[in-house]
Amino acid sequence: MRLLTHNMLSCNIKGVANGFPLRLEAEKWVEKEVELNADFLRHIFPKIEWKALAGAARAVGYCELPEEADAAMLDSEDFLRRFHHALLEIHVEEGALFCPETGRRFSITKGIPNMLLREDEV
Amino acid sequence: MWFLCVFYHRLLDYRRPEVESLAELFGAFGGDDGGEESPSTRSLEWKLPENHHIDSPFHFVSLPSEEIARSIANRSILVKGFYELWGQGSSYEELEKAIKDFPDERKLPYLTSDSTFRITVDSFGKVISLQEQNERIQGLTYIPFKGRVDLRKPEHRFWLIETDDYGSNNGLPPVVQRTIFFGREVGAADRKLLPTYQLKSRRYLGPTAMDAEMAFLMANQGLAQPGKVVYDPFVGTGSILVAAAHFGAMTMGADIDIRVVRDGRGPNCNVWSNFEQYNLPMPLSLLRADNNLPPWRSGLKEVFDAIICDPPYGVRAGGRKSGGRKLLRGTVGPYTVPEEKRLDHIPSTAPYSLAECMHDLLDLSAKMLVMGGRLVFFFPVVREDGLTNAQFPEHPCFTLIASCEQILSLRYSRYLLTMVKTGAYTEEIKESARRKHLEFKENHLKWLEDGNLHSAVFSPADSQEALGAKSKFDRDSKPKYRGKYV
Repeated sequence: MRLLTHNMLSCNIKGVANGFPLRLEAEKWVEKEVELNADFLRHIFPKIEWKALAGAARAVGYCELPEEADAAMLDSEDFLRRFHHALLEIHVEEGALFCPETGRRFSITKGIPNMLLREDEV
Repeated sequence: MWFLCVFYHRLLDYRRPEVESLAELFGAFGGDDGGEESPSTRSLEWKLPENHHIDSPFHFVSLPSEEIARSIANRSILVKGFYELWGQGSSYEELEKAIKDFPDERKLPYLTSDSTFRITVDSFGKVISLQEQNERIQGLTYIPFKGRVDLRKPEHRFWLIETDDYGSNNGLPPVVQRTIFFGREVGAADRKLLPTYQLKSRRYLGPTAMDAEMAFLMANQGLAQPGKVVYDPFVGTGSILVAAAHFGAMTMGADIDIRVVRDGRGPNCNVWSNFEQYNLPMPLSLLRADNNLPPWRSGLKEVFDAIICDPPYGVRAGGRKSGGRKLLRGTVGPYTVPEEKRLDHIPSTAPYSLAECMHDLLDLSAKMLVMGGRLVFFFPVVREDGLTNAQFPEHPCFTLIASCEQILSLRYSRYLLTMVKTGAYTEEIKESARRKHLEFKENHLKWLEDGNLHSAVFSPADSQEALGAKSKFDRDSKPKYRGKYV
């Protein structure tokens, strides 16, 4: 699971109002190089919850993202590179996501988060 | 600029829509914001040769430039080639006159002495022997070819294509009279990618993997290209996303079945390995999630450029959604998973009706697609008496731009629907979708009892038998022309 995915997911258990961001606990993660596409980054930037991304990046030991970000920063080559790295190049292979409200654990196995709910949660 | 467009004689319904989609992709309508018309009303101008049936492989299409025509042909699956038509006739005499009348300034640049060329003789509906082919080529000496012949890598390729009325139509479209076309090739399809991606060489397959040709067609309908994100909510073994990734799109997939998305058949035989096998970039993400209860955060919208999928509609694999047991035992109180069993608990799932599945897919797509983004999916229909009477799902945010039928059997056929998001996902639409979602949930038990939940479209075997008996009777009266069957 890349941090882009983490940024899109929330806990959708019935009755949960604030299921985002899920707290990331990574046991195993790898970095894989991905070609940088600046157009994609500019396009996706407004959709990203920055604080959640920075927090998730910290959870896997990447602390190079600023606390706050705005669209003007996209002109900086250096910022784009960091944003790209955090968003797409860190793959969490094993670990878990936790609902901030209920603490419900969603496991991540072989890079795939299991977001399926139990029958008593829907 | 008019071109002769020769199609492969396959998937007849899919051919023009594919060219139109690729025309959009390669900017034939003036790019993203250049065009005055909205994306949904953009279409190309087509003509048929005189006396040709719509299912004929020969069409004329108007495109803004040769370059765009070449790009379309090279990426297309069903276009055999685009040609600059130098002449056409119902006899070789007529053809000669037409070619001679074709302006010299359009011909001579391709006939110069320092160029290389080849002429290929092709036919539709019959075989022309090598000797006859040579005679046909010799007969073209009135064209002042100055260049050198190069059969392997010619600079210019010329085609002489013949079609005729051969008496019996033998499953081919009725051709009323002989037509001969001569033209210069502008671009041709690369169907080599089909054997490369054919399913039998795929490492990890499921029972409903999409065949490579159809997957590429779907990716073309979805305008998959670099920098775009394509999502498949029923990813299965990833066959549709593989095609989208081949065209450079970034891909995301989800599936409710963990066996499919995660375990596969071992460490090197799973959805990831299907991408690795072709050296394609890995999907942005794969998730285990339920299309009925998607796990996207509430504020998230307009992130995907295309949603391309083959929803489970119960013929080979029935749909499933979360929450089976609770709903089934609704009357004895909700089922709660005991604390000690929660960690390894495998949630049960409930049947997912086609109607509910379509509602969820359209609602999710309306929310998650960017404006102008495309939703491409298969929709099943029952055929009666050899006819299809299809009612397609509708949504205020979407405009249907193409519906292509593929007949699967006497009884079933499926339509590939291509929709463009043309309306914003407003609060009202969101609210009515929410109400509909709850209505489905409440009535789930009732519909299950009525026996029409599992498959809202397909009725059980008894009606099939009745139809089978009847169709046996009808078989002789079935017209020879197979049309969309090919």
